[in-house]
Amino acid sequence: MKPGVKRQLVNAVNAAAVFVALLVLWQLVLWIFRVPSYMLPSPWAVARAFVDRFSSILIALEITSEESAGGLIASVLVGVLVALIFAQSRWVRRMLYPYTLLLQTVPIIAIAPLILMWVGAGTASVAVIAFIISLAPVIFNTTQGLISVDENLVHLFLMYNASPSQILFKLRLPHAVPSLFVGIRIASGISVIGAITGELYAGSSRVGVGGLGYSILYASSQLQTDYLFALVVAATVLGFAFFFLVMFLERYFLHNWHESARMADADSDS
Amino acid sequence: MMADRVVPMVEIENVAKRYGGGQPVLGGFSLSVAKGEFVSLIGPSGCGKSTVLKLISGLTPPSAGSIRVDGMAPRDAREIVSYIFQDATLLPWRTVEQNVGLGLELEGVARPTREQKTASLLELVGLAHVAKSYPRQLSGGMKMRVSIARALATNPRLLLMDEPFAALDEMSRDRLNEEILRLQAEQKWTAVFVTHSVAEAIFLSTRIVVLAPNPGRVHAEFAVDLPVPRTAVLRDTPEFDALAVKVSHTLRSALTPEGAVVASR
Repeated sequence: MKPGVKRQLVNAVNAAAVFVALLVLWQLVLWIFRVPSYMLPSPWAVARAFVDRFSSILIALEITSEESAGGLIASVLVGVLVALIFAQSRWVRRMLYPYTLLLQTVPIIAIAPLILMWVGAGTASVAVIAFIISLAPVIFNTTQGLISVDENLVHLFLMYNASPSQILFKLRLPHAVPSLFVGIRIASGISVIGAITGELYAGSSRVGVGGLGYSILYASSQLQTDYLFALVVAATVLGFAFFFLVMFLERYFLHNWHESARMADADSDS
Repeated sequence: MMADRVVPMVEIENVAKRYGGGQPVLGGFSLSVAKGEFVSLIGPSGCGKSTVLKLISGLTPPSAGSIRVDGMAPRDAREIVSYIFQDATLLPWRTVEQNVGLGLELEGVARPTREQKTASLLELVGLAHVAKSYPRQLSGGMKMRVSIARALATNPRLLLMDEPFAALDEMSRDRLNEEILRLQAEQKWTAVFVTHSVAEAIFLSTRIVVLAPNPGRVHAEFAVDLPVPRTAVLRDTPEFDALAVKVSHTLRSALTPEGAVVASR
């Protein structure tokens, strides 16, 4: 573990150095080209906005994270269910795959107003948008995992007179867990994007109070560019948080057996 | 060869097999395996050796002819049959002991019985110390041992083995050959063993069946009358070498068109 920790520390320091360099570059651009602050605020101003308006950012963050988490969880539940159906037969897959593809290809921005109309403005419709946009990767990856089981393993189960449900739950489903996590990892990032996109349309029940997307729209209409930047930073943090949460869960569930989740644990075996 | 009323463990009569509309893999294939026999199938690639095992296990139906396993249709006989594949085919998310107990679990055997059986089998194949490990932590030879233990867990009376040691280094392979013989002597199951290795076939078998390709059929048979119990030193005896030369010759003649030209000495 020790060399691993050291490597991670080096990585963190490097990343921080890049971050500082970018900030310096940003400030230099402002000085050299004399950019007005409503076009591009200074890093310092953004930091100030972040601190000054922390409570409103926090509220926006909370609303958006609830919406995207709701959408993401729903997409995982529904996605796994759909994948289980898809895994049953090639017929079903051929019949329904194109419609799954539709989920991924329809521009969410184009259908967001529709969903608002159907579900009604508010957090529920935003969660539905996050759900729709993150559903396809869960379905695709889980289905792939379910059907890509080694033929000999299926034969092995057949030799034990295993029932179809035993083959599904003791073979296909555990085998699909790593692919499911690949799907969730992709979905976790885009569920946040979906929620913010939805909020751009959804508006808010109270003026000035809403999710990150709504607040960004509000800040831009008020030319509060420093606040807008602070909100973008918050949105990025949220995306990262989701990603790392999923990665943590993946490690937790798979570290015993799967390559993707293995850390430097070579010293744990004999 | 045997009394009429004794039911052979495997009875294959005049079987043909083709997949889809392709060339026949097997044609006019007949083979009878008596209880307690250790029969090796050896032959050039593409002669349908593995297909024979798939047919006996009922994983694929014959295109023509009949197959009986202990007097039953292959699919009905699965309870007394275990299959060992070329890969260890372990479930990576299960520990070694959970893998060994898989068959018992699927057959609904209660946990205490299962754990007892699993533990004694791991003892038998010398893997008790890695019971809680995951497959990825094991070497190729150890994985194959787990696979063997899993196959034996359901008390099979017929063991089908499809080149189980082909991917192993020679030392592991020889050791596992000796172990397989020891286990068979204790448990008295019947074995049909597919291999590419003449030495392995001779060391393990009571009978060697050489197959010829296009379509796969029995080309020649050899009874292996070497003394039992067999130990590693058997491989160094002149009798072993003599038989190896004979089998290798026949194997080569199986490769020539129609098997007509028999190599001269």
